[in-house]
Amino acid sequence: MDAYQSDALMDFVTEVIEFFATASNWSGTGGIVERTLEHIGLSAFSMGIASAIAIPPALYLGHTGRGGLLAVSIVNIGRAIPSFAIVALALPISINLGLGLGFWPTFLALVVLALPPMFTNTFTGIREVDANTVEAARGMGMKEREILLGIEMPLAAPVILAAVRVTAVQVVATATLGAWVAWGGLGRYILDGFSQRDNVEVFVGGALVGLLAIGTDLVFSLIERRAVPAGLSRRTAVRSKVRTRGQIPV
Amino acid sequence: MIVAQLEGQPFVRWDWVFDHLDDIWAATAEHLVLTGIALGLGLVISVALSLVARRYRRTYAPITWVTGILYTIPSLALFSLLVPITGLSILTAEIGLVSYTLLILIRNIVAGLDGVSPAIKEAAQGMGYSRRRILLEIEIPLALPVIIAGIRIASVTTIGLVTVAALIGKGGLGFFILQGLRRFFTTEIVVGAVGSVLLAVAIDALLVVAERALTPWTRTKATL
Repeated sequence: MDAYQSDALMDFVTEVIEFFATASNWSGTGGIVERTLEHIGLSAFSMGIASAIAIPPALYLGHTGRGGLLAVSIVNIGRAIPSFAIVALALPISINLGLGLGFWPTFLALVVLALPPMFTNTFTGIREVDANTVEAARGMGMKEREILLGIEMPLAAPVILAAVRVTAVQVVATATLGAWVAWGGLGRYILDGFSQRDNVEVFVGGALVGLLAIGTDLVFSLIERRAVPAGLSRRTAVRSKVRTRGQIPV
Repeated sequence: MIVAQLEGQPFVRWDWVFDHLDDIWAATAEHLVLTGIALGLGLVISVALSLVARRYRRTYAPITWVTGILYTIPSLALFSLLVPITGLSILTAEIGLVSYTLLILIRNIVAGLDGVSPAIKEAAQGMGYSRRRILLEIEIPLALPVIIAGIRIASVTTIGLVTVAALIGKGGLGFFILQGLRRFFTTEIVVGAVGSVLLAVAIDALLVVAERALTPWTRTKATL
């Protein structure tokens, strides 16, 4: 690196620090606080809706053992369709439904994106519960409903929560693309930075999105650790497998 | 006004597709090149890191930790962090794309090599095979199904991520998705999306064929 380049880099670093040190960049409309909250809000809302749609059928099918092929194909198809394509295709669909730009296409895309990993991992989690344990419960006279809610769900909790974590990270990442269908969120910094050729803004956007994604991963790992039944805590190898199953970098 | 323009048009205008076959072909080629470079470099780095991790077991945790963080950072965020340094260039795209292949590939290479039966390795050792020969002639061939499974996942994800690289100007078929969004032209979005999915399916099928050709012994069970 010659002197000129290192000067340019120093200037750049100074500008990024100045950006974060300026109070007006944090508050008000389009400030870091508002955009971060917007980003988290829509991600959480989409995750909630996607979980409500995906988890009940996955629990039921996992319990009955039917739909294994469906679970595998769904996650494979989900992996092949790029997240950017899902966001882009949500735009014309949203407009044709009369829902317009911005919030709705982003929301639609995030829900569609979250469904496959939520469904497949919940399904697999229930399937992986030791068959002997389920048999024993049945032998004790527990009803199917009680077996699912009282035995299978708690035992599959680590896998289901890992699915939530993995999916949440994907949703937070993809919400960034919402800026390209005229929504807000942290992707705005990147889009605006690109269009104004302002590398500081691009970098700030990238840093905030990256931190939010890593933060999401951390928060959900903590919840995961807390929620694992005591009898399961360490000996479950299931948890580590989940990371690559259905997780797609976006 | 823009919305009305979009409402009036058919979902796919086939005449546009047929008029732009050359562009679509060029974008597909670019998509393949970007994916190929990422997978090639990713594989070289992953093999090296996997061998280190197997030789010095303590390094495996930190290696998966670092590659895991890279895996968690959204591609667009990573591109944005790199743009000020490496610009809107193919280098920026490839640094991002390569880093997403690492976790998948390293996990599968290590798992594949670890899965080789110790009895087979011991037998080879007894026959006087050197460590290097055991690795190249015993372990790697026997681990191939697991390694190729990793390459399949990595290639499908990379093909998807290349579309995001369109936002930094190097995106193969993703270029059409971006253009379609800018012009409110559904046909282009569909061409980019469908093209990228077809490409992923084709490459995946090719890798399945390659796996069968490279590991003929895994088929013997089926023929019996």
